[in-house]
Amino acid sequence: MELTGAKILMECLVEQKAETVFGYPGGTILNVYDALYDYQDRIHHYLTSHEQGASHAADGYFRSTGRTGVCFATSGPGATNLTTGIATAYYDSSAVVFISCNVTEPMLGKDAFQEVDLTGIAMPITKACYLVDDVTKLADVVREAFYLASHGRPGPVLIDILKNVTAETAEYTPLPLQEHPNHGHLAQVIARSSTGFKSIDTKPECLEKAAEMVAGAKRPVILAGGGVIRSGASAEVKSLAERLDAVVTASIMGLGGFPGNDPRFAGFAGMHGSHAANQAIYQCDLLFVIGCRFSDRVALSPSHFAPNARIIHLDIDRAEINKNVHVDRPLIGDAKDVLQKLLPQITQQSHPDWRAQIAAEVREPVKQASTLEPFEIMQTIESVTGGQALIVTDVGQHQMWASQYFRYRYPCQLLTSGGFGTMGFGYGAAMGAKVGNPDKTVIHVTGDGCFRMNCNEMATAQHYGIPVITVLFDNGTLGMVRQWQRAMYDCRFSATTLDRGPDFVKLAEAYGIHGVRVATAAEFETALRQAIASGEAAVIDCAIDIDETVRPMIAGGHALNDYLLD
Amino acid sequence: MNEKKNHILSVLVENSAGVLSQVSRMFSRKGYNIASLAVGETEDPAVSRMTILVYEDEAQIEQIASQLAKLLPVISVRILNRDNSIRRELLLVKVKADTRETRDEIIQMASIFRVKIVDVAHESLTLEVTGDFGKSEALLKLLEGFGILELVRTGTVALERGKDTIYDV
Repeated sequence: MELTGAKILMECLVEQKAETVFGYPGGTILNVYDALYDYQDRIHHYLTSHEQGASHAADGYFRSTGRTGVCFATSGPGATNLTTGIATAYYDSSAVVFISCNVTEPMLGKDAFQEVDLTGIAMPITKACYLVDDVTKLADVVREAFYLASHGRPGPVLIDILKNVTAETAEYTPLPLQEHPNHGHLAQVIARSSTGFKSIDTKPECLEKAAEMVAGAKRPVILAGGGVIRSGASAEVKSLAERLDAVVTASIMGLGGFPGNDPRFAGFAGMHGSHAANQAIYQCDLLFVIGCRFSDRVALSPSHFAPNARIIHLDIDRAEINKNVHVDRPLIGDAKDVLQKLLPQITQQSHPDWRAQIAAEVREPVKQASTLEPFEIMQTIESVTGGQALIVTDVGQHQMWASQYFRYRYPCQLLTSGGFGTMGFGYGAAMGAKVGNPDKTVIHVTGDGCFRMNCNEMATAQHYGIPVITVLFDNGTLGMVRQWQRAMYDCRFSATTLDRGPDFVKLAEAYGIHGVRVATAAEFETALRQAIASGEAAVIDCAIDIDETVRPMIAGGHALNDYLLD
Repeated sequence: MNEKKNHILSVLVENSAGVLSQVSRMFSRKGYNIASLAVGETEDPAVSRMTILVYEDEAQIEQIASQLAKLLPVISVRILNRDNSIRRELLLVKVKADTRETRDEIIQMASIFRVKIVDVAHESLTLEVTGDFGKSEALLKLLEGFGILELVRTGTVALERGKDTIYDV
């Protein structure tokens, strides 16, 4: 049938079963929003307060459901407002298709009103990006974009469509989803060896060598990254841990990939990782790394990382091998696939002494002050929700506390901007997570600095009835920066004290959201129970001390046993 | 592994807008300088081939090659080394030659190096030099004494020796 570009886009979203879109309209994307009007029954659009909120919502939707997120924005400032969200998705391998419109073809390159070269801007922060100037190619571009976003290592893909293309017409032929990989340009891309979309056939000799390497281990450790979650390899990682009788650690992105309440789990590794996890990595003689890219927050000093271990690195992205840390045995492929092939070759091991040695390094938090302490907040959330709440954080001290003091039970339970470290990620992502998981309790853990950035999205949560519960660690400062200033800059607290408004309780109420201030663990528990019972969005403003510190802390570039703060 | 030297990356790409910028950005974001870059269509007009000369250590070159392979318009990447490839570059060099003696001397040199004189004027001679990097550098060193007025080079192109091709990656 002959359809306009805008309607072809809608049909392609329907092909993808993309029922949820977050976005913000504007001049160049008007045709698309006009078409959306006819598809309201099939495509649910959430109008956010700002494009950045929409970008994080689409990201949170993917991270929490595994279904590709979709985000719309108009040209120019609408488009540039997406860029933080695109980069956030890119650094954490999140499958989001960003669809923006640009000026009409005759205006392109003329510095027209609200024109920006978005594909030029987005090139280094997308897995692929397209400028669509031909309506006959639109359907195939959209199909390819969705495929690329979600296959192989996931990542954001941008489609920038010229406005005239959305108005022009072309023949649209529906194509079932399973046919997409056999069709057009996408089929060629998949056939290339370079792209790595073909399930990489790990050579039997590589698996054999890996199996030999683990067979001799006396002190094995598994380091699980976000790839475990994206691959759906939790069960295989658990089997591997049991077979090796290994201690398990994770990167922050990998939290939930292995049950946090399992006795093998030593916490997450890295700058603010647990003492036990960092000791495990420092002392182990075999480190099996799965879907983790050795970021500088995990491998603070690449040359001193796991200095006593031989390292096996399993990753879907060939370019991650030897990028940061030099490894002894790379295994390239999807974590679940490769582990399924490898597991039968691994014989049962037993290392009770090694596990006991690491278990002895576990340190539980101790209450030290009469004021509300960060660990109490996270432990209360865990106990009140039976450890089942979906936690979405912003970035900074509260992000570390949320990672340290909550035992994540299942994959996709913690959504956090681990790679890009985007303050303001949380609220949008929490809305996306709640929309995608209506049956789960979604807790947005934030700080007063981060919440200021994108709290305008309370309007969105209130309007659509998205019951995000915001737990605000309110210490009146940019806590993490202050912590660095205290540790390394002689307490010169330059531009970090937030001795100013707003009153977050009143602010929440102005948006039509219930707000409450708490100062003790008991008050917090009551407020949290009430918020969950209400079934509505809420803000719980938790007063904590300005000098609460994230411990332990290892400075950048140092080995995992070299603490700045312990 | 950590010793820096000249490496050649041969990259097969889709012949479309923005590809050159996408490939060159991969070098700039890592802070690597491209020593030379030559691009042209292949036997298939939908496909271009880039030959990129970079001065880096081996580990970094492998990292760059893996990163390039991830780019959507990149079809294939191959690292070519001196032993397994033929390398050629074309130079046009305009040399100051305002006396009969200097002209004769340059013409003699050109014949030894088997390069062509492609333009003759009263004050200058222009030479067309084809060869690998070493040959052109050697000749340029000699010509410097006469005064090089201007110089342009295509950048190195290279092909693997033997029957193996970039399509075999």
